[in-house]
Amino acid sequence: MRLTQGTFSFLPDLTDEQVERQIQYCLNNGWSLGVEYTDDPHPRNSLWEMWNLPMFDVLDPKAVMHEVNACRKAFPNHYIKVNANNSTRGRETVALSFIVHRPAHEPGFRLERQETAGRTVRYTIHAYAADRPSGARYNGE
Amino acid sequence: MESLTGVPLGVKDEVDVGASVRQSLIDETLRELDAELVGLKPVKLRIRQIAALLLVERLREQAGLSAEPPSLHMCFTGNPGTGKTTVALRMAKILHRLEYVRRGHLVVATRDDLVGQYVGHTAPKTKEVLQKAVGGVLFIDEAYYLYRAENERDYGQEAIEILLQFMENRRDDLVVILAGYKDKMDRFFQSNPGLHSRIAHHIDFPDYSLEELMDIADLMMRRQMYAFDDESRQAFREYLVLRIRQAHFANARSVRNAIDRMRLRQAVRLVEQAGRIPKEELARIDAVDIRQSRVFQGRPDGEVPAGDGAAAQCTPEAKDSI
Repeated sequence: MRLTQGTFSFLPDLTDEQVERQIQYCLNNGWSLGVEYTDDPHPRNSLWEMWNLPMFDVLDPKAVMHEVNACRKAFPNHYIKVNANNSTRGRETVALSFIVHRPAHEPGFRLERQETAGRTVRYTIHAYAADRPSGARYNGE
Repeated sequence: MESLTGVPLGVKDEVDVGASVRQSLIDETLRELDAELVGLKPVKLRIRQIAALLLVERLREQAGLSAEPPSLHMCFTGNPGTGKTTVALRMAKILHRLEYVRRGHLVVATRDDLVGQYVGHTAPKTKEVLQKAVGGVLFIDEAYYLYRAENERDYGQEAIEILLQFMENRRDDLVVILAGYKDKMDRFFQSNPGLHSRIAHHIDFPDYSLEELMDIADLMMRRQMYAFDDESRQAFREYLVLRIRQAHFANARSVRNAIDRMRLRQAVRLVEQAGRIPKEELARIDAVDIRQSRVFQGRPDGEVPAGDGAAAQCTPEAKDSI
């Protein structure tokens, strides 16, 4: 099941050239960019691991692309997203966030039902991959 | 910017070099350089060579002759005030016009920006600066301070290594220009031979001749809307002859400082004589404004070397003869 989080996630995967142009758009707006990765893409897990520091004052999209590619190389089986932060309100708030890399095989999520008091049922979702320890998820099969 | 790429070449047997030169901004760029920078023959020559090389590379690429992009890392050496920083600032613009760098911005860094304070601090700091410079030019002024031979645990070495790696692996992303005084740079390269060999262009900035210094003075005066008359020009020439022989002569910088002091004396003279004067008088530097300088009495000029400056400036004598 294809993970749909962030902008453009219902579109086909962006090519590198398209990613670069999105980054250029962010830079044109004066947003600073950061790269984040995770192998726990639960929708409520919105804070992924940071890949290096957010890039302030970078002027050229190639610099960001280089970090994206370095992250892809280090975590080929993780999800990787690019966040653009807008600081015009005095704090860095996410203005654009999109996935730029995903594992080859995405098993998806299962729905869990929990019966509680009375006949109430609580629902939650659980990534199949999350049954494995972190680092060993999304490794192929 | 599509000047060069717009040349309809395809894979033909012939290329029109002349047309490409005309379409590119090379001539215009070089003319501007000639007009705005006095002297500096070897520097201009090298810029001309680089410009030609980039153009030919472009043509070769279009003709299907592949080649690696040339390495354009540079090192500027020369005495104080010979224009190293000025040319570096200009270089970013030139390389952008010649379509070698994508954005053509200039990031100026010194040791403080690159070298960290504690273990593990240097690498991210250096990388951050390098990333800012991607697509443009990174200018490291007084680069020899990066390396401190007397302290083997200095983090400067780490910054140099990261710099080297970047210069080697991502040379299509940025151009690094190091600058500094000749003798100190030579010593710096002796202890970092890897750095020396990775820089293709070592450009030495010569000292200016007397005539060139006069041209520089004229240029600076024009820019600040001042003018010499015949007498004061002669006086200034005599001033320079004397000043060059003195210690701590810093070429164009000394000329600029001399002009600044001349302006002070002119202002004092005008205020003291009061009365009504024509507009031209406000722009004219009189020979008197120059001859008041201590240089004519065989003493060092108002310029004092860094370090003992504070002490020297406090003497009443120094106050009298700005």
